[in-house]
Amino acid sequence: MTIPLWMYLVVAALLFCIGVYGVLARRNAVAILMAIELMLNAVNINLVAFWRYITPQMMNGQAFAAFVFVIAAAEAAVGLAIIISVYRSRRSVVVDDVNLLRW
Amino acid sequence: MEINLNDVNILPWLIPAGPLLAFFIITLITNRSKMVPATSHEYGGHHPDYDGMPVHVGSNLGRVASIVVGMVGVVLALIISLNVVGQALSVSHLGEEVFQSSAVWMDTGDTTFNMGVLVDPFTTVMLVMVPIAVLAIFIYSIGYMAHDPRQARFFALISLFAGAMLTLVVADNLLLLFVGWEIMGLCSYMLIGFWFEKESAYKAAIKAFMTTRVADVIMLLGIAYLYAITGTLSFREILYNPEVLEQLATTPAIIFGGSAAALIGVFLIIGTIGKSAQFPLHVWLPDAMEGPTPVSAMIHAAAMVSAGIYAIIRMFPLLTAGADPHHGVFNAPLLLMSVVGAITAIFAATIAVAQNDVKRVLAYSTISQLGFMMAALGIGAYIAAAFHLITHAFFKALLFMASGSVIHGMEHGHHHAHEHGHHGHDEHETHDAHAGHDEHHETADAVFDPQDMMNMGGLRRTMPVTFWTFLIGGFSLAGFPLITAGFWSKDEILADAYYGLTHGYGPHALVFVLLALAAFLTAFYTMRQLGLTFWGEPRTEAARHASLGQGIVSLTMTIPLIMMAFFAITAGFVGVPEEFPIFGAIFSPEHNPFHHFMIETLPLNEATEAYANVPEMHVDAPPFNLIPVATSFLVALGGLYAGWLVYWRRPLQPGEEDPLIRLIGVEVHTTLRNKYYLDELYHAVFIVPSQWFSRAVVSEFIDRGIIDGFLHLIARVSIWIGDLFKVLNTWLIDGVGDGIPELIALFGRWFRRVQTGRVQQYLLFVAIAALLIGIIFAVSTGILQAAG
Repeated sequence: MTIPLWMYLVVAALLFCIGVYGVLARRNAVAILMAIELMLNAVNINLVAFWRYITPQMMNGQAFAAFVFVIAAAEAAVGLAIIISVYRSRRSVVVDDVNLLRW
Repeated sequence: MEINLNDVNILPWLIPAGPLLAFFIITLITNRSKMVPATSHEYGGHHPDYDGMPVHVGSNLGRVASIVVGMVGVVLALIISLNVVGQALSVSHLGEEVFQSSAVWMDTGDTTFNMGVLVDPFTTVMLVMVPIAVLAIFIYSIGYMAHDPRQARFFALISLFAGAMLTLVVADNLLLLFVGWEIMGLCSYMLIGFWFEKESAYKAAIKAFMTTRVADVIMLLGIAYLYAITGTLSFREILYNPEVLEQLATTPAIIFGGSAAALIGVFLIIGTIGKSAQFPLHVWLPDAMEGPTPVSAMIHAAAMVSAGIYAIIRMFPLLTAGADPHHGVFNAPLLLMSVVGAITAIFAATIAVAQNDVKRVLAYSTISQLGFMMAALGIGAYIAAAFHLITHAFFKALLFMASGSVIHGMEHGHHHAHEHGHHGHDEHETHDAHAGHDEHHETADAVFDPQDMMNMGGLRRTMPVTFWTFLIGGFSLAGFPLITAGFWSKDEILADAYYGLTHGYGPHALVFVLLALAAFLTAFYTMRQLGLTFWGEPRTEAARHASLGQGIVSLTMTIPLIMMAFFAITAGFVGVPEEFPIFGAIFSPEHNPFHHFMIETLPLNEATEAYANVPEMHVDAPPFNLIPVATSFLVALGGLYAGWLVYWRRPLQPGEEDPLIRLIGVEVHTTLRNKYYLDELYHAVFIVPSQWFSRAVVSEFIDRGIIDGFLHLIARVSIWIGDLFKVLNTWLIDGVGDGIPELIALFGRWFRRVQTGRVQQYLLFVAIAALLIGIIFAVSTGILQAAG
């Protein structure tokens, strides 16, 4: 039994929605970062699924997925570094507490 | 215009050029000690009551250069003058064929004003006298001012002075004459106040300047009025033009009645009364003695005071327009001159009798002699006045320089005398001699007056050259018969006056009597001065040691004396009346040379005959008469004899009072010594009220009340307007200016609430927007329908 393409897309869409919810609703910066990872991975599922089902002879999908991994990793590194730095000065990772430049 | 320097018409321009250039060169280039105050530490912080100080000629190259430049300037002027004079003498009728040239100076409406030079017989005579006297004074100044650190400045100023006098002499119009006249006024101010550290010196300078200013303003009025009527100030155009003179004599004056000519004449004479120090404006001249002695010689002999008489002789036809003194018709200017002149002559002579300051005697004698000239002009004897002007310049320059030598010698002697004492007592202190010496000097100076004749006596032994030259000058002043210049010129004035007296003219009689009396007093005070100064035994240690010393200083102070002594004797022989026994035959075989030469200065009679109000100008010398000559003999010899009786027969002893006090009484003597209290009178009448006026009226009322009040009013109005503007500013301009940004800020404050700073909120908006856009996109492209 083969799993049809739309199932992948549904999983990916659910995963993305969870990510959006996490980004919008979580107050912990680390959790927001993790939610972003979720959204990126939802995209990866899409990319890989489309490659496998629509253009299996071309490497585009895989290549993009690989890029997204790298970017996600880099983003996580930068993001975590910022969070640690903020934590050191504010003793908090709650994004609402980081309001120095607010009016 | 082609300028040919060999042209004798052009040459007179160059006469004043030398001294004037010298002034600029010294001032701008060679004078290196500009305005050094005598209190400067560079000169050892000299005493403020300063009277020269020991700084030597060779100490400073700039000084030597300045002296050289000044000497070159005056020598050039002398050479050019004598050249012009030589050429002028070779012209047979110089009065008609004058040397003149002029250039357009400015266009004044309808007329063109020309500035130019003119050499006529009178100018020629002045061109002999002025440069020679000035040269002598310059040479004398080298020695006399040798110890003054500001000698360069001195030479600059006397160069300017000489240049101004020469400008005045060669001027062809009244305005250029007035320019020279005023420059001399300025120079006299600066030179009288040359030792400006001294209070008396700067006060005298201000007094001289202010007194002459009073007269000069009135003279300028006369010049302006003359120009307004005639449209020209040129001497030749006015004086050689009987039409103009007739017009002036018949035009009624704007004020005081009388003719315009008379009014202008009176104005010009008032200018002369100031400049030539006539009563009642004579007060500045004795005080002018505060200046260095060469300046006194310059002002009182060669230049300034002569300028007044010169101007009157120049303008003589104008002054006599409408009158004829030779036939007993007088007008206001002539009467003014004869009365003022005669009164001044006798008045100043009486003061001179009681003065003890060697220079002050000479100052009053100058005033008195100028009175002689004035009086001579008043009775129409302008040639006699010119003659006396020349001879007086020579012997008075001589007398001033000789008295300067006496003062110098006395200072030297005083110095010497106390130095002796000093070394005698403190032999061991020679190293420190300078400091101790200065101290001594100052304390001694407070009591010792080197100009007081009471401190002198017996100077003939130590200063023989000065004695003999002073004697020649004094005898010339006294009019010692036959061999001195002063006799011939004074005799001519008396002869003219006597001639009028025989015709029964009142002013002539007044002049004759008063001048004869003044001449007697002149001889008397001359003898008194000679006796007190040179005769008898020295009355102080200073007088015992008085001398000019040795070397260049004494040389340069002696040569001019000898030079002037020569002229003080010989200058008279050019004007000996031809009928005078023996002397007439020797010196005037055909005619009186001076008279014959000078008479052409003024226009010929033929031209004036047609006009009723223009008198004849060519008047022969009065016929020879023994009475005026006998009078001259009598007053001169009588005065000298009286002086001899009082002061020579038994010379004054130390500590003794003036024998004159016994003769005329203490009260009279005191009055004379205090110059009839005129200075005090002027102080009370003019100075105190004008000080009161300036303090109470000008300062308190006009300045503080009106002017300050007006200013304060303006200030108050300005402040009120300013306040109004301030309100407008805060209310309107600030309202608008601040309102706009405030509105913006208000809007910003309200709108900034959008910017929460919560990234998640932004993302939520982004998500909602993306969703909305997606829906719109989907609806509009029909994807949903297709899917549906």
